[in-house]
Amino acid sequence: MVLHNKKLAALCLAVLVLLFALQFVLSSYMILAATRILILAVFAMGYNMLMGYTGLLSLGHAMFFAAGVYASGMVTYYFGVSLPLAFLIGILGAFAASLIIGLLVLRTQTVSFMIVTLMFAQAAYLTTLYFSRYTGGDQGLTLPTSARSFRLFGQILDMTSDLTRYNIAFAVFAVTLIGLYLITQGPIGRLFVAVRENEDRTRMLGFDTYRIKLVAFTVSGTVSGMAGALYGLMFGFVGSSFAAFQTSIEALLYTLIGGPGTLLGPLLGTTVMTMLIDRLSGLTTAYLVVIGVLLIVVTLWFPAGILGTIRNRWLPWLK
Amino acid sequence: MQDLKTHSEFMLPRRKLLTGMAAAGAALAAPGLVGRAVAQSGDVIKLGAPFHRTGIGAAYGRWYERTAKAALAIINEQGGINGMPVELIIEDDGTDPKRGVEAMEKFAAEHKVDAVFGHLFSHVVAATAPRAGELKMPYFLCSEGHALAAGAFNRYTFQPCITDVKSQISSMAPWMSNNLGKKVTLIYPDYAFGYDHRDNMTAAMQAQGGEIVASIAIPPTETSYTRYMPQIPFNTEVIYHVMVGPGVLTFVKELGEHLGSQRPEIFGFIDSLEAVALDIPQLDYLEGTYFWEAMPRYAQAEQNEFDKFYREKVGVDANGASVDDAKDVSTFSHMFSVWETLFAIKQAMEMADYKGPDQKVAMLEAMESITGFAQSNEFPQGDKVFNGKTHQAFGHQNISKVVDGKLELTYTTSIDETMYPDETDYTQMSF
Amino acid sequence: MNIAPYLLLATLEGLVQASVLMLTALGLSLVFGVMRVVNVAHGEFFMLGAVGAWICATLIPGPPAVAFVAALVLAPLFVGAIAWAADWAILKRIDYNPEATIVATIGLMYIIQQTTLWSFGPNAQAVDAPFYYTLRFPWFGYSTYKFFIIGAAVVLVGGLLYFLRHSKVGLVMRATQFDRETAQNFGISVGRVYSIVFAVGAMLAAIGGVLVVPAQQAHYLMGHDPLLLSFVVVIVGGLGSIPGTIAAAILIGMSDGLLSVFFSPTLAKIFSTLLVALVLVFKPEGLFGKAGR
Repeated sequence: MVLHNKKLAALCLAVLVLLFALQFVLSSYMILAATRILILAVFAMGYNMLMGYTGLLSLGHAMFFAAGVYASGMVTYYFGVSLPLAFLIGILGAFAASLIIGLLVLRTQTVSFMIVTLMFAQAAYLTTLYFSRYTGGDQGLTLPTSARSFRLFGQILDMTSDLTRYNIAFAVFAVTLIGLYLITQGPIGRLFVAVRENEDRTRMLGFDTYRIKLVAFTVSGTVSGMAGALYGLMFGFVGSSFAAFQTSIEALLYTLIGGPGTLLGPLLGTTVMTMLIDRLSGLTTAYLVVIGVLLIVVTLWFPAGILGTIRNRWLPWLK
Repeated sequence: MQDLKTHSEFMLPRRKLLTGMAAAGAALAAPGLVGRAVAQSGDVIKLGAPFHRTGIGAAYGRWYERTAKAALAIINEQGGINGMPVELIIEDDGTDPKRGVEAMEKFAAEHKVDAVFGHLFSHVVAATAPRAGELKMPYFLCSEGHALAAGAFNRYTFQPCITDVKSQISSMAPWMSNNLGKKVTLIYPDYAFGYDHRDNMTAAMQAQGGEIVASIAIPPTETSYTRYMPQIPFNTEVIYHVMVGPGVLTFVKELGEHLGSQRPEIFGFIDSLEAVALDIPQLDYLEGTYFWEAMPRYAQAEQNEFDKFYREKVGVDANGASVDDAKDVSTFSHMFSVWETLFAIKQAMEMADYKGPDQKVAMLEAMESITGFAQSNEFPQGDKVFNGKTHQAFGHQNISKVVDGKLELTYTTSIDETMYPDETDYTQMSF
Repeated sequence: MNIAPYLLLATLEGLVQASVLMLTALGLSLVFGVMRVVNVAHGEFFMLGAVGAWICATLIPGPPAVAFVAALVLAPLFVGAIAWAADWAILKRIDYNPEATIVATIGLMYIIQQTTLWSFGPNAQAVDAPFYYTLRFPWFGYSTYKFFIIGAAVVLVGGLLYFLRHSKVGLVMRATQFDRETAQNFGISVGRVYSIVFAVGAMLAAIGGVLVVPAQQAHYLMGHDPLLLSFVVVIVGGLGSIPGTIAAAILIGMSDGLLSVFFSPTLAKIFSTLLVALVLVFKPEGLFGKAGR
């Protein structure tokens, strides 16, 4: 396989080395925060596949995140499935959900697409409430102690250990980053961008744009769901707030801030936003205003986000 | 900053922008790094308070904060705990489970507090309690949930001062069936909190030889209730309602419009009307109906000195409203638990001669050894029995009648009436 | 209770809901029709109207009816001014890009919500109805104020339709909706039309809020449901079609009341949400709309 965009590959590698090294430097709270950032960054990277690269702005990715959370959490809770298997089931659940939803919603475009994804996500959210007998509804399910550790290759991994969790999150993040690098910097990624830039022309060149979009949608939903499965299993809680509108907005916000259509943008956006909110919430209750203002400021002056702005001005390979 | 003004920001050289971003990144991370350096000093007791400052629980969170600060001022005036001053660190959790867990982690790893207290909403508690156990952080609930006493949590989680919903309901049911009627229609919100009421009330009424004639669940987002009213059967003798959320005024008004003067008896859970003034025209219909209260909102004729002391310190008048603003009604039946919990923590820490986090286990064992609290300035709601095995408190419950837009105490249950057999034993768990 | 009074009640409730929905959704629909953008902060304008009514009721002495009438005038003006400012400060600058508008109005939604929480507080606040009389049917009682809501909504919507059809501003609006470029060539200041439309849309939501608050109450999170329901109505009615929106408001308002007689209300909401999504997928012009241009 040819490695496209070697500069970006080097940068990604450097970022991974840096992230791995962080665990020896950071304070214990920052490790916890970094763990969460890595998982949410995976979510945002999944979202970015669709919004940044393919140009389809979804307002309903909470449903895929939640699909991962519920599929993995419920098999663990009810059937005592081991964590690695539950994680895979979570990914599979999100894959199925995104494929089916994708087949439907991709018939619509732009504003309709945004509203339809929002509506499906809303229905999914209400469904988690309606079947509260099984899902626990808003109160959720707390995973039992037996589901807080697992055995892999003869090693017992304890999910209550901060460093173990950080390294698991790091591993999943690294795999996702490499996987998405290969997709976005290769021929498929160029097709995604072609759809974003001019769908009609791409179609006229003989490509099946519906299928391209479906691939992007499914990859996006599956990666988002993977983040959800990881989140639920790591923190041992499954609840309907993961499926709420706010979750979709978070993915959008992280991507927008970091830079839609850049591979590392979601990581940067997640880091900036998470730390910002984390610092603010002790000081003031104004973080919602901060989010609001940021959404407006970004759309007004930095529609390309942080990395996107840098890319447009100086580093064209940063994509 | 001068450079930023002379250059247009778009003209910033790349290196400057990148260093600027790096500096901003460092600034964001810095408090965490610094936090590690200063957290060693053990000459102050730090308590983490994740309050619902925003989100659906905001009305409660505000008063929890106010009560906590009042109680803390007293503790510090009296010389703190074991000679150390007590410091309160408040985080907003947005009444959101995810944020609740984050706050818990922040308290444990960054602020390195000695204990965390003050969570109310049960979905936030359900998400946070397991993390508290994993982080080995003493976690004191000011909720009403039964999950703790049912054995769902861990040895680090306590509810030392507020009676759980199972006790509340089972102690009221006998009075209801003896004085109001045996055919009950339940109206409750369609989520976990409501199901607790449905399940416990159904069981409790059946135990009294009563019967639930209808069980009406209403989605929490509902803003209009009239269309649910026809589901109330004509043979209903008592309507039991618990409607938490902003819709309650509409609910009461529409109930009044629907039923008119030929109404059955009505018994409500005060949670519906916490932080809401009772003497407003929209609530006229509640005149002559009954409410459960954990602690009487209106100062009663035979008000005791503890109640007086507590109201004065928190800044609440005889009608349960803020002394600064008579329209600012408190969450009187819940916020006492914050006050009392602080004194319960103080008591446990003093029993264990607690000096710092190394003695957490000793402090928790001291807490488990407590058998109850006597009514006092520290425990103004009343005497309590504390069950060290289930980590749950049991206290008197009050039934009040609405008379002239005020709640008049009608009956106070004994503590015995609130007791039920143990469902778990946390002392068998390891720390 | 027998099924007949049950249905009567559901119908009355449905009509009330349909009336409020009609106003709120028309605002959204007008904005979408003329400007081709979706305003996610629309529900917050509704909420601000309700809060405005409460402020009027608190500040203005005398009988509740005086404060109510004042609120009907002042609250929409206040909300309209905010919308005008938002249009000037944000929407104009992103050139009404449909997707950027959604993101920016989500931001606006958070700002309005949080600011209201600070100033107005977290508690639900009630407002006295301008008059209070319960009409007693043999089986149940019903507030006459709710009939007033229905009447007021019909009058207001009638007035709006008249205004759109017969006034010069209405003509200019319709011209802009029909063909932006041509309208511009005829010397119509499209920018000003957009500002007016955005403000009027917000004012309609605010009036809905004022009308609803004596029957319900004001709360800082109350904008969420009207927003979603308005979405539903606008979509089912065909994006931007005014008669379609009115028809859909009645359909949705009524069916919401009737559906919840037979199903759990949460289940009814799931169904109606899915219905909307599927309508958009398979019949994007809406149930009542003409084929899109």
